[in-house]
Amino acid sequence: MLAHPALHRSRVNRRLADAVRGLPGITLHDLYAAYPDLDVDVEREKTLLTGHDALVWQHPFYWYSTPALLKEWQDLVLEFGWAYGPGGHALRGKPFLSVVTTGGREVAYQHGGFNRFTVRELLAPIEQTAYLCGLAYLPPLVVHGALRLDEDEIAAQAEFYRQVLIALRDGRIDPASVADRPSLDAGTFALARG
Amino acid sequence: MDTSGFFFQAFVYLGAAVVSVPLARRLGLGSVLGYLLAGVAIGPFGLHLVGQEGQDVMHFAEFGVVMMLFLVGLELEPSLLWRMRGPVVGLGGAQLAVTSGAVAALGLAFGLPWQQAVALGLVLAMSSTAIALQTLTEKGLMKGDAGQKSFAVLLFQDIAVIPMLALFPLLATAAPRGAAGGHGPSALDSLPGWAHGGVVLGAVAAVVIAGRFLVRPAMRAIARSGMREMFTAAALLLVIAVTLLMTAVGLSPALGTFLAGVVLATSEYRHELESDIEPFKGLLLGLFFIAVGASIDFGLMGKAPGTFLSLLAGVMTLKAVVLLGLARAFRARTDQGLVFAAALCQVGEFAFVLFSFAEQSGVLPPELAGTMVAVTALSMAASPVVLALNERLLLPRVGTRPSPARDADTMHEEAPVIIAGYGRFGQIAGRFLRANGIGATVLDVDSDQVDVLRRFGQKVYYGDACRLDLLRAAGAAKAKVLVVAVDEPEKVLEIARTAKKHFPHLRIVARARGRTEAYELFDHGVLDVYRETFDTSLRLGMDVASMLGLHPHRALRAARTFRRQDEAVLREMASIRHDQEQFVRTARERIRALEEILKADADGGRASEDHAWDSEPLRQAVLAHPQARAPGDGGGQ
Repeated sequence: MLAHPALHRSRVNRRLADAVRGLPGITLHDLYAAYPDLDVDVEREKTLLTGHDALVWQHPFYWYSTPALLKEWQDLVLEFGWAYGPGGHALRGKPFLSVVTTGGREVAYQHGGFNRFTVRELLAPIEQTAYLCGLAYLPPLVVHGALRLDEDEIAAQAEFYRQVLIALRDGRIDPASVADRPSLDAGTFALARG
Repeated sequence: MDTSGFFFQAFVYLGAAVVSVPLARRLGLGSVLGYLLAGVAIGPFGLHLVGQEGQDVMHFAEFGVVMMLFLVGLELEPSLLWRMRGPVVGLGGAQLAVTSGAVAALGLAFGLPWQQAVALGLVLAMSSTAIALQTLTEKGLMKGDAGQKSFAVLLFQDIAVIPMLALFPLLATAAPRGAAGGHGPSALDSLPGWAHGGVVLGAVAAVVIAGRFLVRPAMRAIARSGMREMFTAAALLLVIAVTLLMTAVGLSPALGTFLAGVVLATSEYRHELESDIEPFKGLLLGLFFIAVGASIDFGLMGKAPGTFLSLLAGVMTLKAVVLLGLARAFRARTDQGLVFAAALCQVGEFAFVLFSFAEQSGVLPPELAGTMVAVTALSMAASPVVLALNERLLLPRVGTRPSPARDADTMHEEAPVIIAGYGRFGQIAGRFLRANGIGATVLDVDSDQVDVLRRFGQKVYYGDACRLDLLRAAGAAKAKVLVVAVDEPEKVLEIARTAKKHFPHLRIVARARGRTEAYELFDHGVLDVYRETFDTSLRLGMDVASMLGLHPHRALRAARTFRRQDEAVLREMASIRHDQEQFVRTARERIRALEEILKADADGGRASEDHAWDSEPLRQAVLAHPQARAPGDGGGQ
């Protein structure tokens, strides 16, 4: 699920999306294209979720959170009795991965750094949401310093993202083995593939 | 040919039309009366610009009537026509029988020989297809009950012309005076009756079969050639060919082209044909009306104005009374019956043909025929006036009077919303409000529409919302919002003005056709103005942009910006447009409006650019201070 309200201005997210677009077995769901007026079709979203084995959110890290439409999506789609609560087992056991791009560099997302918390800590509401829905939470894939990346670096990040999604698709990633890692970097990825 | 004469004639006719038709329309009289007045103005009793050749022009211009029936046929699918067979034969037959019977009886009473009385009755029973259809269409009444009934009667009359032409020679009281013109006897008259019938049937069959199997492939071939004017030529050729064929076998060309139209109504070239023939029809019909106006013999009238006027009034009243009675017998509502009667109470253009034929075949004496031709022309001139009078004076008195039960109904309702006009526009707003449990009292002037909606259990009332008493009865004193959604811009203004004056607490939400109408409404203090096509058109533009690859959310935001700006320009323009001098205002207004719009679009390229989620300035700041902790490390991006 891609959530970026102005893809034409995006430097990194668009490239990441392009890298995974059209991969067999992977659906790139551009939320702002599907619901330009933010009018989320809940039933359609549920069908999509049931039809897939793993869930990936890709979005810029706006004010330490998701763009507005992805928040709206959570509020509407993750229904009580369907995604959580009694009988809410629709998402149980599916791996979940957050892919976020941040303007700040990695040094800024540390205790004592400019943003005082790590990205994974700042994503706690989403991690808890995933937990409540029984999703298997993976450490977030963070593209740091998106504003400063040059072409080669963006290409490398896009390729890494592609590899991760292919591995996730093929079920070669074991969320349990990397549950405590701060983020899904190359090292964590290697570990997760066993 | 004397070309300077031809061009001068064309100049006179076109000039008269261009001057008088817009004038007549502005006065609310409709284009037909405008053309007729133009004819009178340039005729022998006006400016003397056209003389005797007016008659020839009229014969030429009758072709406009033929084209009109072709177009009417195109609108009518065969299945629909078949469903109309009842009213055509029943109502149409009754109209002809009763009217001609009554006229004949009167004629006998005045001492005419029975043959002349019958002939007179038959001819005067004819109504004018050209005037009735044109006026009804112009007023948007064609689809209503009155329009359908009128059409049925006119169609029957058209068919009846044929046996009449056959009948007249049998009624002759004097020796025939040479060959008759127009639709008169044809080359087939030497054939025995059965062969004649066969040829006529064959011609009709030829039109149907050619329409089905020949015209479509021909049109396809022409369409492939991609030449627009060939299509127009082919359409004209088709109509003229049918006319020739019909004239050759002694049938009415109007009837023939009508049939051809019906056959082609289901074809894919229907709209193409329509748009090709339409301008010719309009011009020729206009010419026809002008010729009728020019041919009115005021000299004959001047000799015995009393007799003349009483004849005119007598004929039209008699026809109207018969029509009203029939409308009632065929269960039309009173208002529809009045429209029906007013639309058909004139004597039609076929009368010109029939009178000259009757005179030539010795049925009617020349003086009588001449007088009746003048009466016919004058009745055609009077009929738009009759319709207008009916609309202004009679219609408001019938039907619009809400029955006591309805009155009480409305009073108890006290709905917060009143919707005036429940057509295509008002209905959507009304349905939406209903669906959300917001009560609305609805007023509409289309009685059939009102009946249908009532049958579906909606609280809809018949009536003209311009009327103060009706607004009051609808609960305007207690309502909060008045939605003015009627079709005609003048009506919208009128309702808004009345409501503003008498119910100042009411918030008026009005439909505007376009910019000009929106300005008018602003001028009258109505601020909630909705241009009827603006939102839909903008949404369409937005969808097209995203079909072409613009990201849908970006297209949505761009459309929102566009709409905001356009609304702002609209309001700004409305406030400044009165600053100019009165006499240059109208002229400059349009130019300025256009300029403003274009300017807004040009500015739009820069000023309206959507800055949302633009991280470029932030990125530039970050790159300028590579080691700085702020601002790029912050939370926004």
